[in-house]
Amino acid sequence: MKPPPFEYHAPTTVEEACELLGSLEDAKVLAGGQSLIPLLNFRLARPAHLVDINRLRGLDAIYERDGGVAVQALARQAAVEDSEVVARVCPLLTAAVRLVAHRVIRNRGTVCGSLAHADSASELPAVLLALGGHVIARSTRGDRVIPVGELFTGVFETALAPNELLAEAWFPASPGPFGICEESRRHGDFALAGAVRAAGMLALFGVAPTPVLADPLDPTRGLQPSGDLEATPEFRLHLVREMTEKVFAA
Amino acid sequence: MKVNGISHAAPSDPRRLLSDHLRHDLGLTGTHVGCEHGVCGCCTVLLDGAPVRSCLMLAVQAEGHDVSTVEGLAAAGGPLHPVQQAFHECQGLQCGFCTPGFLMSVVGLLAQHPNPTPQQIEEGIAGNLCRCTGYGSIRRAVHRAVELSRE
Amino acid sequence: MTTKWFGERVQRVEDDRLLRGNGRFTDDIDDGALESCLVRSPYAHARITSVDVSAARALPGVVAVYLASDLPFGDRDLPILIPHPSLTHGRTQRCLASDLVRYAGEAVAFVVAESRHVAEDAADLVQVEYEPLPVVITPEVGAAATDLVHEDVPGNIAAEMLQEVGDVGAALARAPHRQSLRFRFERGAACPMEGRAVWARWSESEGKLTVYDSTQSPTSIRGGLSVLFGLPESNVEVIAPDVGGGFGPKIMLFYPDEVLVPFAAMQLGRPVKWTEDRQEHFTAVNQERGQLHEVEVGFDDEGRVLALSVDFLHDTGAYTPYGLILPIITAAQVPGPYRVSNYRVRFRAVYTNATPTSPYRGAGRPHACFVMERTLDSIAKELKLDRAEIRRRNFIQPDQFPYNLGVVWQDGNTVVYDSGNYPALLEKALTMLGPRPGGDHVGMGLGVYVEGTGVGPYEGAHVQVLVSGKVVAATGIPSQGQAHATVFAQVVADELGLDVADVKVTGGDTRRFPWGVGTFASRGAVTAGNAMAVTARMVADKAKLIAGEQLEVDPADLELVGGSVRVKGSPDRGITLAALSVLANPVRYAFGGGTEAASQFASKRRPGPPLQEGEQPGLEATGYYSPPGSTWASGCHAAYVRVDPKTFRLEVLKYVVVHDCGRVINPLVVEGQIEGGVAQGIGGAFYERLAFDAEGQLRNASFMEYLIPYATEVPEIEIHHIETPSPLNPLGVKGAGEAGVIPVGAVIGSAIEEALGVPITEMPLSPLKLFELSRR
Repeated sequence: MKPPPFEYHAPTTVEEACELLGSLEDAKVLAGGQSLIPLLNFRLARPAHLVDINRLRGLDAIYERDGGVAVQALARQAAVEDSEVVARVCPLLTAAVRLVAHRVIRNRGTVCGSLAHADSASELPAVLLALGGHVIARSTRGDRVIPVGELFTGVFETALAPNELLAEAWFPASPGPFGICEESRRHGDFALAGAVRAAGMLALFGVAPTPVLADPLDPTRGLQPSGDLEATPEFRLHLVREMTEKVFAA
Repeated sequence: MKVNGISHAAPSDPRRLLSDHLRHDLGLTGTHVGCEHGVCGCCTVLLDGAPVRSCLMLAVQAEGHDVSTVEGLAAAGGPLHPVQQAFHECQGLQCGFCTPGFLMSVVGLLAQHPNPTPQQIEEGIAGNLCRCTGYGSIRRAVHRAVELSRE
Repeated sequence: MTTKWFGERVQRVEDDRLLRGNGRFTDDIDDGALESCLVRSPYAHARITSVDVSAARALPGVVAVYLASDLPFGDRDLPILIPHPSLTHGRTQRCLASDLVRYAGEAVAFVVAESRHVAEDAADLVQVEYEPLPVVITPEVGAAATDLVHEDVPGNIAAEMLQEVGDVGAALARAPHRQSLRFRFERGAACPMEGRAVWARWSESEGKLTVYDSTQSPTSIRGGLSVLFGLPESNVEVIAPDVGGGFGPKIMLFYPDEVLVPFAAMQLGRPVKWTEDRQEHFTAVNQERGQLHEVEVGFDDEGRVLALSVDFLHDTGAYTPYGLILPIITAAQVPGPYRVSNYRVRFRAVYTNATPTSPYRGAGRPHACFVMERTLDSIAKELKLDRAEIRRRNFIQPDQFPYNLGVVWQDGNTVVYDSGNYPALLEKALTMLGPRPGGDHVGMGLGVYVEGTGVGPYEGAHVQVLVSGKVVAATGIPSQGQAHATVFAQVVADELGLDVADVKVTGGDTRRFPWGVGTFASRGAVTAGNAMAVTARMVADKAKLIAGEQLEVDPADLELVGGSVRVKGSPDRGITLAALSVLANPVRYAFGGGTEAASQFASKRRPGPPLQEGEQPGLEATGYYSPPGSTWASGCHAAYVRVDPKTFRLEVLKYVVVHDCGRVINPLVVEGQIEGGVAQGIGGAFYERLAFDAEGQLRNASFMEYLIPYATEVPEIEIHHIETPSPLNPLGVKGAGEAGVIPVGAVIGSAIEEALGVPITEMPLSPLKLFELSRR
């Protein structure tokens, strides 16, 4: 379980990073590494190039803008968890990030990395979806705003182009009642199914190739979740109903 | 990078994991490797004071950072660090393989929460696997470490 | 004796270096070793049609790539560790497969390189062509024998064994009530936090092979390697250094790497190391627990069991390297603490295309306990009896020991329980458990078990008083966390009248003690513990003999206290052990320590040669303890659980253990063993299931998917000790290593059945399983 060979790049400016992403064939962005490095160790990912963005300066801010909170590419999940701005403006994000794995993982993992990785069983993509946020994709051509509705395109797939860096995510302020509820096997594991509520909006995770919006009154309508060792489609649908009931009971 | 306060040359191979670099290049074999996918926590070290998985970092990424390993907790021949002492008193270890990772996680926890609630303790040790103790003695050790740290 | 360490909560002497990061595990040993990796079959059953290693050999940094044809022993089957007459179709794998592979993970090629990275790069370049063959997975499919795992093993049956005590057919026919039940246990894995590792060095000039191995039995590895390589055993050193947990599967003769690494070191003239990674651990290390049991039970109106018939399939995996120990233990342990005068048990060990099996903590007992306890619960339900009451009515009573069960035990003897007090275990557990917590969907579970521990054939010890007066002691068995160095020091310190801190114990190093069996089957305290006691007593006797001569006192009037041998009643008349260690050696090339004190005594006070017949120089002895039979530990666990009726999440509200392992050497250590065992039991009951698909692929071969409990999943455990000493050994001890895990499945299953009102007949459970059961 040692990483396969790759060429390592550690740009120090965003411009340099974008240039590398634009020019290299088969490059992967290395941010927190909490998902990518296991894949390398298992040799399930074999990128020719790793572009390590951890040395980029001035890209770790968490700040309030446009009635929401912006989280930049290198802001660690732990920093978001501890952020007073996030707690004040978007407490849903505070609650959600606490469900991501364990603190030791969150010390290194990034919010933007979770979004770019786009694991449909993870919490943060669903939070962005429930809130109707967006991300900023940066490339040598400049910035592009991708609304969350266009971001998640499939299993581990996003609308980010290979030469784009997910530079910032913007989470609108949590409106009225909000909540997140998930069922996982062990504390910190990926969810078998989960529900995020932002006022009247409901986003589900773990039950489709991407996080999905659902009708709070009929949350399983149209859902065709897959089955695995820990949950059959039927059990997932059952959990969706239970999780939805819980977040809307709060 | 600095490891336990001592500067070391940069690792030469970019695909060397920090865990392997510490163990096999620097000879700091106290940091253990139990799964190499970030679940077991045996390889936990402090990066600039915060616990991280050294198997989920490339060694080159630690350049310019301070890394603390279990070997740095107590001076050779000197008294144990309060967390180490507490693990000893409470039998918070058996085979000792997961122990360095637990120690570093708990040191990080107590740095963040010097007076942790039981819930914080539970979450603070919940990212590390132990196959020997059943965790009861580790929980007791964390409570004891809080006491010892106050003394 | 004024000091007494036996029974004290002595804090572990092992901790200091482990806490400081100064432990020495096999992978910590380097010395310029080459690194290596194994190419493993991705198929569960396939014929190898071609192998091309040229690209791998050509990769820079690769030192060697071995196939079976490159090994002088490549066409030899590896040994069966414990053969048995009923194992009529035992089969073992070869070091490297060249023709057929029979489980996913079976080794095909061995790569040695300058680093593990390069070794893995080269492994990727080894081209193996496979022709897939039909795959046999699960014991039922194996027994159906539509396809065969081994062409020459009819019906996939490695072994079949039938035993009967009494007349089960007649007793069942006469019984007022009968039930037929079926219980399933699925595979689980021990998953010690340290995987396996082997490091080897060959010294050409000395003709000596040195092997560090994270094994539970270095002496057997030494014996095996010496035969394989044609070396005298004295030229093979095998050391189990710090071992990061074992729990059973770190004992084999051999895993392929245990032969390949020393072989490569001898071939290449450089140290070679192999360190398993977690991914390969999941398929290459032995597993356990896959069994399917059909039960017929006859009982009377009071719930007394009149007859019990158990017919079970044991999933032995692709090979039988460990023999039949597992099903033999299940067969022997089903009746547990209960009188079952008519008992019939048949098992068939069935080949499947899965990783081979060998003991994992509990070794056949968790399933046995589950079968019996669930059967009693089922009878109680039919008769509307309290679950504690039905157990009371069936218990073997304290005045019935020794109790002969009449079935065969793993050591070849008949099962005879030596001592115990089962009713006391149950009553104490119920008291500790206390009143039922409020709320819905709460259930109570009970489980009572016995455990055959301390199997022979023997262990030995060497105990020596140094010139400093300190003591070194050694035994053949290694520790994987059981605090041998602490508890054996307690035993020796008591015999020699010393402080525990003055006794340094080494285990698992054939250089220090070359004979022994291994650390498994809850046998360390019984076998090596008593060997330590016997041997330390020999040293004490020798010290008294020498002191008696010097002081002109009958040795019977001497005692060992505070580091001296002194005259009873005259504490100022004595000689220090340090001085005696000098006097014990007729030629005193010694200085310091007790040398000066010894000089005031004559070197020779008796006629004849300095060393008389049967005497040896030095204040030391080598002794052995060979148990006459197993010691039978026992216990009762009880719990309250709550199951969320919506998410089917399990919450253990209270868990109590009453445990009897005879006399307890160190309660701290025993409690640690129990707590850890219960945690593994909870994992095995609700989280840990090895999921093979029909193609023989393990679908959860990582810690992300194979769910070992974290702290958040394990409750606090309350423990109470009851001591019924074993009459079989000088210390009165029984084993404790496996006990914690044994009844947990039965307890959790019983409690969940009550909490949710669904029948629980299988292990492990999960929220998904409970969801499905609740929908039926």
